[in-house]
Formats: sequence, structure tokens, C-alpha cells
Amino acid sequence: MKHDEKMRGEMKKKRTIALVLTILCLGSLLGRALAQGGGELRFCVRMEPKTFDPLKVEDEASASIRYLTGGVLVRVNRQTQDLEPALAQSWKVSKDGRQITFRLRSGISFSDGTPFSAGDVAYTIQQLMDPALHSPTGDAFRSGTGNVESKVISPTQISITFPAPVAGLDRLFDQVAILSERSPRKEAAVLGPFMLADYKPGATVLLKRNPNYWKSDEQGRKLPYLDSIRVDIQPNRDVEMLRFKRGELDLINSLDSEYFDKLEATSPQLVHDAGPSLDSEQLWFNQVAKAPIPVYKKNWFRSANFRKAISEAINREDLSRIVFHGHAQPAAGPFSPANRFWFNSKLKPQAYSPDTALKALQSDGFRLENGALKDKDGNAVVFSIITNAGSKTRERMAVLIQDDLQKIGIHVNVVTLDFPSLIERMTQSFDYEAIILGLTNVDLDPNGEMNVWLSSAENHQWNPQQKTPETSWEAEIDRLMRAQASSTDLKRRKEAFDRVQEIVVEEQPFIFLINKNALSAASTAVHGAASVILSPQTFWNAERLTVSTK
Amino acid sequence: MLKSRITGHALALVATILLGGFLSATLVRLAPGFDAEEQELDPHLSAESVQALRATRQQDHNVWRFYFSYMNRAAHGDFGTSLALAQPVRTLLRDRAPLTLRLLALGLGLAWVAALSFALTAAWLRISAYDALTTMVSGTFLCIPAAVLALFSVLWNVPGSLAIALIVFPHIYRYARNLLAKSYSLPHIITARAKGLGEARILFWHVVPAVAPQLLAVAGVSVSMAVGAAIPVEALCGLPGVGQLAWQAAMARDLPLLVNITILVTLVTLLANSGADVIGLMVRGQKS
Amino acid sequence: MNLWRKLACVALAVVVCASLGANWLAPAGYEKQYREATDAPPSHAHWLGTDELGRDRLARVLYGTRISLLLAPAAALLSTLMAAFVGGLAGYLGGIWARLAMAVTDLCLSLPWLFLLITARAFLPLNVSPLISVLVTFLLLGLLGWSTAARVLCASAASLRSADFVRQARAAGVSGLRLFWIHVMPNLKPVLYAQFWISIPVFILSEANLGILGLGVAEPMPSWGSLLRELEGLVSVREEPWKFVPLVLLVVVVMSFQLLLSRQQEVPA
Repeated sequence: MKHDEKMRGEMKKKRTIALVLTILCLGSLLGRALAQGGGELRFCVRMEPKTFDPLKVEDEASASIRYLTGGVLVRVNRQTQDLEPALAQSWKVSKDGRQITFRLRSGISFSDGTPFSAGDVAYTIQQLMDPALHSPTGDAFRSGTGNVESKVISPTQISITFPAPVAGLDRLFDQVAILSERSPRKEAAVLGPFMLADYKPGATVLLKRNPNYWKSDEQGRKLPYLDSIRVDIQPNRDVEMLRFKRGELDLINSLDSEYFDKLEATSPQLVHDAGPSLDSEQLWFNQVAKAPIPVYKKNWFRSANFRKAISEAINREDLSRIVFHGHAQPAAGPFSPANRFWFNSKLKPQAYSPDTALKALQSDGFRLENGALKDKDGNAVVFSIITNAGSKTRERMAVLIQDDLQKIGIHVNVVTLDFPSLIERMTQSFDYEAIILGLTNVDLDPNGEMNVWLSSAENHQWNPQQKTPETSWEAEIDRLMRAQASSTDLKRRKEAFDRVQEIVVEEQPFIFLINKNALSAASTAVHGAASVILSPQTFWNAERLTVSTK
Repeated sequence: MLKSRITGHALALVATILLGGFLSATLVRLAPGFDAEEQELDPHLSAESVQALRATRQQDHNVWRFYFSYMNRAAHGDFGTSLALAQPVRTLLRDRAPLTLRLLALGLGLAWVAALSFALTAAWLRISAYDALTTMVSGTFLCIPAAVLALFSVLWNVPGSLAIALIVFPHIYRYARNLLAKSYSLPHIITARAKGLGEARILFWHVVPAVAPQLLAVAGVSVSMAVGAAIPVEALCGLPGVGQLAWQAAMARDLPLLVNITILVTLVTLLANSGADVIGLMVRGQKS
Repeated sequence: MNLWRKLACVALAVVVCASLGANWLAPAGYEKQYREATDAPPSHAHWLGTDELGRDRLARVLYGTRISLLLAPAAALLSTLMAAFVGGLAGYLGGIWARLAMAVTDLCLSLPWLFLLITARAFLPLNVSPLISVLVTFLLLGLLGWSTAARVLCASAASLRSADFVRQARAAGVSGLRLFWIHVMPNLKPVLYAQFWISIPVFILSEANLGILGLGVAEPMPSWGSLLRELEGLVSVREEPWKFVPLVLLVVVVMSFQLLLSRQQEVPA
């Protein structure tokens, strides 16, 4: 009897131990499952991604996919704007700005298991610098004629030498996703936190967690937390908003100001205004000598006094308040104050002063006759402003400016055109008088805008491709931009670009109107979201986001 | 005789389709913005890259050369590559056409059912209040922008085919209603009514057959109306069909894609209208 | 005149008088911007509220009525006459003429006329007056909008070719264009009226859509089409029902036209 009881007791003990062990195992599995199962993040892009080849990215949608799938050597932290190590543990830029040496992490593989090494970096650079590629990413590195040379020092060390100094060289590698030299899957083998799982043209891009992603969090857990990201292609903002309200989307990366206000009124916790973005909206006049517009109009537009008067006559506060519902700031110059280092803090937005504007025009021989402004030869000041149709904010700004200028006797015709027609007028036929367009800045470094400020450049919008600078101030800007591009001394570069900004404000080739705020929305189901100014605003830290299941 | 007529008709169809393709290529080529690429505005691009971008468009400058080259390649199954999406046109159309066809079929079906129901009931009852009500309903949908109807379909989570139906049905209804009303004044209808035939019998045995050829013509053009309606509906509802593709191609001046889409649309239009003509002829033949 | 047609006459008269009296009903004008009261709801000062730029919506509706009410029916008439000429005549003549006309019609239905409109815009100067721009727009719409009805008219006219009254007229010695104009055309009225009635709102809406090509009414001038585009902001519009007034107005006008035109369609019950 006693033996039986002892046996039963032991059996009971063993069963208890087994039960506890089972519970512990299950708990550990569950814990891991909870930790790894970060859910699916859903958001939209406005257009079809044109390419999944990271070296050929030209559009925003493709850039978003590249950001999520591409592994880069260094990463600009979108929140702090500092450069941080990524696939490279450390790097060093030579004093002359022509060479950069990376020390890479070891033990990393591409998503298909192919090992990563310095040879892949060399291969990527070789592809990127192929003259036939013609991509913005590659062109950003082209500082002079000659070949780019990559030297693989060891499997984890590589040095890249450029024919001429490249300003801000290290930061440019934030846009260079490393390709595998040896993988049979070509650009489908990635080093980023996610990889392409499915693509339905016109509908969706599905990204899944990269099981071989190299990064772990501070607790040693593998990143990313999310299981997948579903990127829907949705050009219409109304539909995007509807779907977000219905819970079909988790993020809106770029929210219109009127929708921001409506959402804020009902659910303030969902929206975020990160303050002024890097983007600007501007108006400029056609200063091209061969433009098919009347000579007297060319004379107006080429007069700095005229341009400054127009700038003074525009009520930027109203543009910010009415068009952007207060989610914008009057612009002071070419760079937004959001660009903390490069913005010239001495510059202030042009104050609205129609009386001063009129006096300035009168000093140039203009006069008011029966409410209409005429130049010294009696020509009524009438000109057109064109902008791209489909942009409600630009259309509205144009109508407000039309009203502002009417107050000083200037008659403005507002014409909205489809984008290709507008681009053709702007870049080829030069058959326009004034344009309102915006500049979307992805770079902090002004070197990214060399082709805007150099008078010989294609994108020197008001008067492109000048054989020699037609004005002394454009010659001065050319000199300053080239000086800052060839210098590695950040202080000297800053001084040069500060002066460029001052000249632009003095001469007003671009009449900078406003800097939009970076507005976004994130569902409460998303954990870890922290909207920032730099693109991509809401999913810059996608590898650390989780989405609670509904 | 019949064989030669059919052959002649088929040749005429093919010639019209090819002419449609050529005319669309000409329209696109001559329209401003053909040479313009949005990427040109990227300040990161070097001057050489901008020139290279422009050069890709230069090769399609001569419409004749483009079209003959296109036809030569098309004869071998290569319909060109989309400039905007950098994918073979054949793949794009093959992937998207089924969705659009389903959308159109369902949308047209719903539109015809609604339109004919309203029109036949109005013709049968001949009550002015009912006529006014149906006119108001169809007039309301006629006055609502297609984009708004498409957005409503997203809002209420209803299929895009319903939006197409609501866009097309007022057109069909009005034609059908007017044709049916007019045919009541035909001598044989007046005679039938005078002889005391039932209204339903008059409507379905005498009135409808009298206007069948015209209704068939309306059926043919309703296909074109539906194709036109598909563009905003697909674009706004995020449906990856040919309509969405057509809009993207138009905005990007994507010549290879636009020519192919026009040829496809011309083919569908011709088939629908020719089919309506043939059946109309048969009905007229039967009556006489 | 039955009750519905009387109501239609009254409705149209009210709309026309209101648009002609816009100067008195909305003295501020359609372009004045009340910048401190943008997107405002209806109030004593602004009966239909203001738009996103602070412009009085009632004024814009009234002034927009002038353009749309005048030009859309004119363009609709043009497209109807062209459809009658091409489709009706082709159906009446039959044979190779009908086949040729219908091939042209089918091509017109298929071609991307968007690019012709873009090209038309390119030929207009940027500083063209808003009136010229809107006239050109409606003219183009009228010239391009005939193909749908032409097909139906062709089928109708073809049916009438062998009708008894046509045979009798031929036997009586009437032939050619006279036969077409006096005997065949009146019997095409159902389709012609339908085409006219449908074209009015279609052209009004198309004019607004052509704004993306730089055609149509230029700011700050309003039109019904541009006012109806406000409805595309669906998320906000549902809470602002006064934005539906242009739509209601358009429906009333379109219905009124239809009720007036339907006199010929009445059949004794």
C-alpha cells in the first residue's frame, strides 16, 4: 500500500514537472511568436513604382520600395538627420574629398542567403557609375570626368576613389542600395529589412520580412518586427483618406492640410504635424532671352526690381493660412528652416507690403491708370501664371496671387496645364511668362541642387543652359556653388551657400512662397511610429514598427 | 457571294483599326508635351542624363517610321514597351484586360437592365408622374460627375461596375424612352390599340420590335460609353484595369501604350457596332 | 400644357432670371475673396457659404449659370445637328455612304481626342480672355460630341428608308435632300431630342474636366462644371450639403429641358 502511494506520488511529481516544462516551452514559443509577429503595415503610394532596380530609382514610389528593401552602407537617421553606420561599421573620407573607405560588417547575407562582402559594394559602384545608366542616384556622385575606382582591400574593407572631390560624399551612400554580385536573383536579393514578395501591377506591392536581415534590437531580437508591408497604389487622396478612416490603411505618409484638419477635429491622436518640411513652393518669371514672349515683358521679368516688387505684393501669410490651413510657413529663401544646418538663419520671409511694391514699380517707370498698372511705354501689365493641373494647392495659390496683384493694378491670367505640356513649355519651347511649381527636397546637402543654381545647368529654371552667365549675380552664384562643391570644409561650404541664399533673396529669380509642413497620419494600431520631416516621414523606422492585429 | 462580303467587311474592319492606331499615334505625337519627361526636373540628373532622356523620345518622332516599325513588330507578337512603366505592353494589357472586360460586362449589363426596366415601364404605364420621376432619376445621375460616382462607389464599398452602370444608364434610358414613345405613333400600333389589343402585347410584340434596330445601335454605342466611363472609375477606385492604364499613358504621353490601347478600343467599338448593325439588318430583314 | 411642363417653364425662367439678376442678387461678385471667411457655412452674409478661397458661393453659382446655361445648350445643338447630318444622311443614303460614315463614326468614338484638345490649347495664347477660352472649349465639345448619336440616327434613318410614307413620298416625286429633310428628319426627333438632352450636362461636366488641359473657364470666372468639381472632395462634402446646390440646379435645368422637349413624345393613354 505504502509502495503504491509512493509510486502514485512520484507519478504525480513527474506529471507536474512535465506540465510545467510544457507550459514553459509553449510560453517561450508564444513569446517568440508575439515578439516576431509584428503584423502587416498598410499604406499607399501615389503612383506605380517604375522600377524595382534600386540603381534606377527616379520616382517617389520606387524610392519608398528601395528604402524598405535596400541595404545601405550608411543611413541618414531621418529623425536626428545624423549619418549612422549601417552595413558599414565605420567609414573615413579623405581630406581631399575624393576617396571614401568603408569597413563593413561581417557575417551578413542577402535575403537569398548569398554572403555579403566588399565585392558586392564594388560591383554596385561599378553598375551605378556606368555612363549608360543615367540615374539620379548615380549622377549625384558625378563630380568630374574620369573613372571611379573601387579597391577591395579585404572582404570587409573597400575604398572608392572618385576623379574629383564629391561634396557630402558619405551622405550620398544613404541612397545606394547594395546589389549582390553573385546571387542568381540579381536585384531581387536584398539586404534591407524587407523583400519583395508579390507585385500586382496597378494594385499592390507586398513586401515580406527579410529572414536574413542583419540587424537586431537592443534586446537581441531580430528586426524587423513587422511580418509584412502592403503598399497599395492609390493616386487619389480622397480615396486614400476614406480608406484610412475605414481602417484599411495604417499610415498616410503625406497628408493634405484640409484632411489633416478634418481628421484632427475627430481624432487628434491620429495626425501629426512635424513642422516645416524641406519642400518649397515658388513662382518664377521667364528670363530666357529667346523666349517667344513680347520684348517688353522680357524687360519686366529681367528686372530684379520688378521681381522684388511682385514678391512684396504677395501675401504669404494668406497663402499659408488659406491654402494650407496654417500648416505652412512663409518661405524666407531657397532652403527651409527645417534644414537646420544649411538654412541661412539671417534670412526672413518677405513681408507683405503692396504699397512698397507699388512705389518700387513706380520708381521703375510703371504707373497706375484707372486701376490698371502700365509700364513706361504704356503697356498694360498683364501676364499669365501657369501651373500644373491636379494640384489644388497650386491652383489656389495662383488665384490668391492673382487677387493680390490685382490690388496693385496687375492683371494675371491663371492657366492650369497638364504636366507634360507644362514641362515642355518650361524646358523646351520656353513659351510661358510665369510659373508656380514646387521643389521637393530629399537631400539636406545643397550639392544636390547644383543643377538648379549653376547658370549652365538644365534645371536653372528661369534661364537654363546659359553658355556664359548672363548676369553678374548668376556668375557669382556659379562661383560660390563650385567652391562649396569642391571643398570638404563644412564651415567654408556653409559660408559659401549662405551667400548664395542671400543673393537669391536679393535678386528673386525664384520668388519663394511657402514651406509646407510635413503632415502625416498614423493609426493607433501602429506602435513605434514617430513622424519626421525627411522622407519617408512615417515609415522611416519601419524595421521597428509593429501593428496590433484587429 | 456571302464569303466575299464577309471578307470585304473583315478587311474594312482591319483597315479601320489600323487607321485608328495611326491616327492616335499622330494625335499623341503632335500634342504638346510629347518630348517632355517629368524626370528631367530632377536636379540630381546631369546634363548628359537629361539629353539621354530626351533622346529616348526622339526615336519616336517620325510617326510614319514609328507606326511601320510598330506594325512590323506587332506582326511578330511584340507590341512594344511602355515608356512610363518600362514593361512590355503585351504583358500590361494581358494582365489588365480581364478586369476591365469583367467591369464593362457587368456595368453594361446593369445599365441595360435598369434603363430598359425604366423605359419599358414608362412606355407601358404612360403616367406623366412616373415619367417625371424616371427622368429625374436618370437626369440626376447624368449630372453627377463620373469622378464623384466613382468616389461614391469607394465610399459605399460597392463594385466599380455599379459606378459604370450609373454613368451609362441615363444615356441608354433616354434613347430607349424616346424611341419607344415615338413608336407608339406608328400606324400599325395605333391600329392595334384601336382593335383593343392588350398593352403588354402591344409593347412587347409590336413596339419593341419596331425600334429594335435603333436599340441595337444604342447597344453598340453603349459599349463605347462604358469604355469611356471605365477610365475615371478604374483610376479612382484603384482598379488595375486598362482604363487606369490608359489614363497613366495619356498623362505620360506613352506612345506605344496609347497606340495599343487605341487599337484595342477601336477593335471593341467596331465589333460592338458591327455586331449591332448585323443583328439590326437581320431584324429588319425578318420584319420585311 | 400639362402641369409638369408648366413647372419646367417656371423653373427655367427662375434660373435664367436669377442668373441675369446676379448683379443685384450677389452684388459682391464672383471673384471677391473674403479671406477671413474661407470655406464658411451658409450665413446671412453668404447664403450658400463661401468656397475655399472665401468667394461667395451664391454669386459664383449665379454667374456660372450664365456661361453654362448659354453655352452648353449651344454646344449640344451643334453636336446634335452634326449627328443629324452625318448619321441621318448616311442612314438615309445607305450603301457605301453609310458604311463610310459609320467607319468614321467608330473611329471618332475610339480615338483619344484628349490630345487634340491639348493641341488646341497650345494654339491658344496663354493670355487669351476667359470668354474666348470657354467659347473655344464648348465649340470643340460640340464638334467632337456627335458620334454616339450619329450611330443611332443612322440606324433610325435606315429603318425609315423602307417605311411606307417614304415610299409614298418617293412615288409622289419627292426625292433627294428634300425627301430627307421634310419626311425623314422629323421622324428622327426622338433620337435628336435625346442627344440634345444628354449633351447638356455632359458638356457642362466635360468643360470642367477640360480645366486640366488649360481649356474651359479660367479663374476666377466660375462655371457649373468647376463648381461641381467641389463634390470630388467627398470626405468633406457629405458634411456640407450646401455644396450640392450646383448639382441640384443642374438637375432641375436638365429635367426642365427634358420635360419641355417631351411634348412630341406624348401618347394618349
